[in-house]
Amino acid sequence: MAIVTGKNQRWRVLGAHAFLIVLLVVTLFPLAAVISISLRPGNFANGSLIPREISLEHWKLALGFDVTTADGLVVHPPFPVLLWLWNSIKVATIASALIVSISTTAAYAFARLRFAFKMPILNSMLLLQMFPPVLALVAIYAIFETIGNYVPALGLETHGGLVVAYLGGVATHVWTIRGYFETIPVEIEECAKVDGASHFQAFFRVLLPMAVPILMVVFVLAFVGTIIEYPVASILLREENNLTLAVGSKYYLADQKYLWGDFAAAAVLSGLPITAVFLAAQRWIVSGLTAGGVKE
Amino acid sequence: MQSFDWKRAVGAGVAGLVALVGLWLVFAIYSAGQPLLALGALALIGAGLYVYRSRSALAWRYLFPGVMGMLLFVAFPLVYTMWIGFTNYSSTHLLSQERVKAYLLEQTVPDEDHSLEFSVIRDGKKLRVAILPREEGGPTFDGGVEQGMKRLAQMLISPPLDLEGEKAAQVTMSPAPEGFKPPEFLSIRERLSHRDALRALKLEMPDHRVLVYTGVHEFGPSAAVWRANADQSLTRLDDNKTYAPNNVEGFYIAADGERLQPGYKVAVGFANYARMLADKEFRGPFLSIFVWTVVFAALSVALSLGIGCMLAVLLNWEALRYRTLYRTLLFLPYAVPGFISILVFKGLFNQNFGEINGILDAVFGTKPAWFADPLLARTMMVVVNTWLGYPYFLVLCTGLLKAIPVDLYEASAIAGAKPLTNFFKITAPLIVKPLSPLIISAFAYNFNNFVLVSLLTNGRPDFLNTRIPAGTTDILVSYTYRIAFLDSGQNFGLAAAISTVIFFLVAAMSYANLRVAARNARRA
Repeated sequence: MAIVTGKNQRWRVLGAHAFLIVLLVVTLFPLAAVISISLRPGNFANGSLIPREISLEHWKLALGFDVTTADGLVVHPPFPVLLWLWNSIKVATIASALIVSISTTAAYAFARLRFAFKMPILNSMLLLQMFPPVLALVAIYAIFETIGNYVPALGLETHGGLVVAYLGGVATHVWTIRGYFETIPVEIEECAKVDGASHFQAFFRVLLPMAVPILMVVFVLAFVGTIIEYPVASILLREENNLTLAVGSKYYLADQKYLWGDFAAAAVLSGLPITAVFLAAQRWIVSGLTAGGVKE
Repeated sequence: MQSFDWKRAVGAGVAGLVALVGLWLVFAIYSAGQPLLALGALALIGAGLYVYRSRSALAWRYLFPGVMGMLLFVAFPLVYTMWIGFTNYSSTHLLSQERVKAYLLEQTVPDEDHSLEFSVIRDGKKLRVAILPREEGGPTFDGGVEQGMKRLAQMLISPPLDLEGEKAAQVTMSPAPEGFKPPEFLSIRERLSHRDALRALKLEMPDHRVLVYTGVHEFGPSAAVWRANADQSLTRLDDNKTYAPNNVEGFYIAADGERLQPGYKVAVGFANYARMLADKEFRGPFLSIFVWTVVFAALSVALSLGIGCMLAVLLNWEALRYRTLYRTLLFLPYAVPGFISILVFKGLFNQNFGEINGILDAVFGTKPAWFADPLLARTMMVVVNTWLGYPYFLVLCTGLLKAIPVDLYEASAIAGAKPLTNFFKITAPLIVKPLSPLIISAFAYNFNNFVLVSLLTNGRPDFLNTRIPAGTTDILVSYTYRIAFLDSGQNFGLAAAISTVIFFLVAAMSYANLRVAARNARRA
């Protein structure tokens, strides 16, 4: 840039660095602390950020192994963290796969087909999505209690029910995929139809393979969104072995049974993979977040 | 030549199967006494079959699952919540009137006046229950084996039984066959060891009366507690007290005003809303929670926006090195799942074991009670939420800054402007407009930031002297959750009414959001 730099420019740069470093220390302190705490012996120990004595007891408990203390007591893992992680991954994977398939087909209709009330339907879907499910928890609870009376596999305390509950949140994904479909020339599908492909074949064999990148993005977005979902999961699931990670983690810090060290290990263990996925998908997640305002 | 169309056949077969299973389900729902629900299920299945079998609904084949998902799990819950807000649905009014009536009519008490003495006799490896018809002054089982044997002819006996476990069973009693010689009566102690099985047993007498276990020595008929009257009221048989259904209160109520538990669900009109405005005990905490919700959302947005934008401007400065590294590290709070980082803060702020108080104690010698003092708890909430929220605005502002033409800054440099002047005269005015709809949606998000409250403070510390527990750090959504799911009263109706109020606030914010976005689009 051709801007003339003043003589106190160097001091300003140094000041900015100092400020940023102080801010980074404050910001990253909780994350560093939790790693340090997971390696510290005991659940109530205070200590320095770099632990003087490294103990793997919390990690063993988090991974589901018993720990024998110095005075011969056998400590069992307080909570089935790995089972919770598995529940979370299972629910998130199935829900995301279903979300991707139903939003893809809906997006195809909005992008390619002609039918009555097309834009009003799309707009009302987007509008509905502005009401978070947390506002209708009472109704959602009552709905799944009723469903469970007739179809037990989809009732309260079932992962099937939770997956089904997540299928309502498709509007933004439909919008994203539709936008991508519209960038693909319609002539390619028309050629396929001239060659004798049916409607569904043109969609499934011709359009979908070209849209794989956006489908992966939507899958990752849906996956991250469902794996960190807390309110709906917390009312549908109550039994210990059924919980997802998002619901279960809080039991480590209950008032009566405060397991700070064990929580730290479990948090690092389960948080790292999710954070990694999030960072890998950061670019798309961010563009998805801002889609509401800067649509062009 | 006509070949068999496999595809059509499979399609028809699947459709037929779906129709069958669907009809069975609809019938099951209908026979459970839920005609409206059955109608809804029927409509859903019918619509599905029509869409996938008719040739004219091509587009809807693609739309159906998505639209149905949204209707069932987003739109319907909203409407249903509004409806619940007009009822007294709560833990004391859980069932419909028909279900409460059926529940009461099923209640029975053992009729001890007509009880008959029983004993258990051994028959090989199995056991039989024996009943002795009543006769004044006659011999009893307790008179010993000989006494019992004398009345063998009058005795009624069951078929051979195991008398293990608690499985309910009904058996027919019949006179002992000619020449039946019971080898042994069980002692009372042995009989008691089979008590659970005996309790589950029902004995059908030759006159078709059914007897149930009424005591250690006796089986007796059970009598209904309630009688249904033609005018929908219920009369208790033992004291002839009549309770009439009161559809305003949702209770069966006697003439003297006594209410019968459980109550049932009825529409109460605007009673729940009236409570928000008129009930003094409720209005106080409700209003302060409302005010705190607005303050919390506004403070969170303002601080996150301020810090995020300042960092974006700073990191946009080309003289600064390592900008990508800074940006990546500063983005980290956003990448860690919220349910983990909020809980990490909950632990760090712990009064006795937390690291933050550890540092404060070492440096200033103080240990603030972050979770017990209302002001500190609220401060903590805003601090944590700012930590969680600033990276979002950092990313947004970074994107918007890139769109500002560089020559504007060159011109201002020529004019000798300072960095602050640059920010307030060039940068801020240019990014405010595209930011405004996002600021509104961030406000709406924090207005309903249930996860933060639920995991960090759970609304505590609570207000003192409130009938329904209410917390000083509760926001409206967490308060409704508390009323509905954590309080023992489980007042779903009241919670749903508050949720409905929030719907309208969210709708207003969404409307403002759309208006601002549309205005920006027109000007651009």
